[in-house]
Amino acid sequence: MSYISHNGEDLGKILAAIGIERPEEVFSSIPPALRCDADLALEGPKDEESLRRDLDFRASRVAFAGGGIYRHHIPAIVDALASRQEFVTAYTPYQPEISQGTLQAIFEYQSMMAGLTGMEVSNASMYDGATALAEAALMALRIKGIRRVAVTRAMQPSYRRVLRTYLAHAEVEAIVEVPFDPVTGQTDLVALEKSIGPDTALFIQSPNYFGVIEPMEQVTRIVSNTAGFWGIVVTEALSLGILKAPGEYGPDVVVGEAQSFGNPAGAGGPLLGFFCTRKEHVRRMPGRVAGLTKDREGSQAFCLTLSTREQHIRREKATSNICTNQGLCALRAAIYLSAMGPEGLKKTALQCAAGARFLKGLLMDKGIAPVFSAPVFHEFVIPMLEDRLNELKSTGIVPGVLVSEQYPEIPGSVLVTVTEMNTQEECRWLAANM
Amino acid sequence: MAGSEYVTCFPEVREPLLNLKGGPGKNKRLLPAPFDTSGAHDLPGTRDLPDLPDVSEVETVRHFTRLSRLNYGIDHGMYPLGSCTMKYNPKITEEIAARLAPIHPADTEAMEPVLKRLAQLQDHLGKICGMDACSLWPAAGAHGELTGMMVISSALKSRGEHRRTVLIPDTAHGTNPASCTIAGFATKAIPSGEKGYLEASILRQHLDQDTAALMITNPNTLGIFEQEISAIAGLLHENGSYLYMDGANLNAIMGITRPGDMGVDCMHVNLHKSFGTPHGGGGPGSGPVLVRKDLEPFLPTPRIVCNGSGAYVLEEEPYPESIGKVHSCLGNVSVCIKALAYILSLGPRGLREAATTASLNALYLKNRLKKLFDLAYETPTLHEFVLSDTLQKEGGVTTMDLAKALMDFGFHPPTVYFPLVVAGALMIEPTETEPLEELDRFVRAMENIAAMSREEPEKTHESPLAAPVFRVDEVWAARNLTLTWPDKRIQPEEKGI
Repeated sequence: MSYISHNGEDLGKILAAIGIERPEEVFSSIPPALRCDADLALEGPKDEESLRRDLDFRASRVAFAGGGIYRHHIPAIVDALASRQEFVTAYTPYQPEISQGTLQAIFEYQSMMAGLTGMEVSNASMYDGATALAEAALMALRIKGIRRVAVTRAMQPSYRRVLRTYLAHAEVEAIVEVPFDPVTGQTDLVALEKSIGPDTALFIQSPNYFGVIEPMEQVTRIVSNTAGFWGIVVTEALSLGILKAPGEYGPDVVVGEAQSFGNPAGAGGPLLGFFCTRKEHVRRMPGRVAGLTKDREGSQAFCLTLSTREQHIRREKATSNICTNQGLCALRAAIYLSAMGPEGLKKTALQCAAGARFLKGLLMDKGIAPVFSAPVFHEFVIPMLEDRLNELKSTGIVPGVLVSEQYPEIPGSVLVTVTEMNTQEECRWLAANM
Repeated sequence: MAGSEYVTCFPEVREPLLNLKGGPGKNKRLLPAPFDTSGAHDLPGTRDLPDLPDVSEVETVRHFTRLSRLNYGIDHGMYPLGSCTMKYNPKITEEIAARLAPIHPADTEAMEPVLKRLAQLQDHLGKICGMDACSLWPAAGAHGELTGMMVISSALKSRGEHRRTVLIPDTAHGTNPASCTIAGFATKAIPSGEKGYLEASILRQHLDQDTAALMITNPNTLGIFEQEISAIAGLLHENGSYLYMDGANLNAIMGITRPGDMGVDCMHVNLHKSFGTPHGGGGPGSGPVLVRKDLEPFLPTPRIVCNGSGAYVLEEEPYPESIGKVHSCLGNVSVCIKALAYILSLGPRGLREAATTASLNALYLKNRLKKLFDLAYETPTLHEFVLSDTLQKEGGVTTMDLAKALMDFGFHPPTVYFPLVVAGALMIEPTETEPLEELDRFVRAMENIAAMSREEPEKTHESPLAAPVFRVDEVWAARNLTLTWPDKRIQPEEKGI
């Protein structure tokens, strides 16, 4: 297939206007020694039907998989509206007069995310939850006196690994992992208290990787007077529909993953990192942000603002290098939240929590107890050997995500997630096939 | 003449913010409810109802449809943003990528064919760039730059060297120095020569034992091919430094010349530029990193490998020298699949044809516009070129005025005030997918604007007149920082709007 519109006559006119005979002459400035003589050994060209046939992908029938990426109901209007070409084929809204659609939608996304997290400000998005965390740590390290970073070991393993990648190239004295209680699955509060000080930026995930809800009231009492900076990480944005807004605990940042808001699991991406903070940190914040303004005649309008923090103005002194972010995913989140509304989001979050409790009950009836005792949101760790996990996967059912691979201290364990996409029948089927 | 092609039919409505719509009980959506929720009340620390707009389905649809009509996209018309490669985005690639939606990455059975295709994309990008290994996980161009510079940093460490300076020509994108800083390097801007490309003799003066790398865009942001690239690579390698190439402008050279043959050690490509995936109003993009053999050990994890039984799987270990993970999962997977579908759709000749036509279209515009506007450099260019407002400035008309005036002719403006080496730059990249009629329409619009700048310069300050809003006050936004919708208790008029 070719997406070029010129016919022979057009090409003739173009060549004549440029003053060359053959198209290849446009490359006369490229040294001949560097030019490719032969066609590259690539597959194609292919017609659309061949592409449809060759690039065929299908999901397994049933899945209880979560662990940072979740399957949730996506109202049909999300795809219908987010696939409008006016949104899809636009560039970053650097020219506000003809980008008000993107800008207002980002502004609305920011408003809803700030409201849900209980923070004052949200940026326009980050690549994913892990890079949002890494950027939050870099932001903390730019504050005078902060030299160490502490994270809870019950935090999503991939987040901790991305954080380590970023911090390996930053000025940081130490990266500390705060252990969890092997019985409850919650962060060990005694160890937490010992790990932090005024020189430390602490990040705690709740609900944590095991699905366990951290004792946030107690955490807040310990952290708010001790840590120099702290952040709450939320990898399941849907939990914001039922759990107290993390901002109410008073952190400096709330960051994480909002894929659950209208974005599919999508084989792992694109995801939607969110970054919320307090006004006092806004000039240190990474990433784009849309602001309210007015046009020449005084009418309401929107534009990108605070760009003096950003790479295209500030270059090597920018607060981050991020440029292209996850704009269309943020738009999907805005449409999703509008479609769900306050009741819908809360009801769906409750469905997830209820589903996890339903499955847990079925497993308990069979004598299979969860690995951890503390209350969970919608996922929990169960004992299951890797071989059995793989056996079930080969029959078209995905019971969960292998945990023991990342946590050798919990051998033979799998994280099972229930959402509103699962049915009671599926839960019974899983329990029967354990 | 002027005015005859004015656009007068931009959307008629001004859409209020979503929080001013609806009211309690308006949203009547029936949601999946497979479970009895009475058992879920043991949740600790719950909240009141979240503060979200309560609107009906029709109101949501109208709201976002109206917002969409305030936007300009490629499907409306030419979008000549220099160095952004706003080409047509094939619809078939969207359809293919949508098939990934229900797949959870833990669904190993479903992921195998996806990984196989991702491996094919790595292979094909390697062949297009003449590089040995590839990682698809960076989620955008700047993320690719950062990943690449971390790879270089780790490679230097493993050699026991502590080189901390990265040289960057003054034509570079702002992300280049910003990415270097996050990767722990200091940056030093070096001047490109009078002809608009970096001369090896200039580079030589800046090289020393602290030079970790040179970060160069080729063709550069003036649209000029870096003619001395091979000599530059030679000097760097002799000095023990690396050559990093920003592949933002790869569209100009796909299938024509390969960065690997130029001596590039490490580079990134922008799938949302060269490989036809949509920009989405600011992402998701994708910025795969490619390296030569010697840098492969440092690439991020996981790696896609074909195991003994011929199946494609992900491996986190053993890669002791890897910089580690740069994304919580697999980057922007669906963007990668769209890019692969694009490459397969075009095939090797199609890619060549795309690169050739991109330059033909740009040269056509350049030749027709250089009589009316100042051309910053006489050096031959490829897929883009830079004009300036030098001729118009005397009458008080600036690049900003020219850009905004273009909107009234139904075009998105070019990239403005960049690259920084040209004062009042207008950087124009039409891409290969623009029909000749659209190029001619653009020329006529620019002719009209040039005439307007001479005859009625004050009129250009008022543009745009046909856009959904008049010229937007960006200074006001920064001075009256409002980043979330006004609290319902504060009326808009109190904010001065």
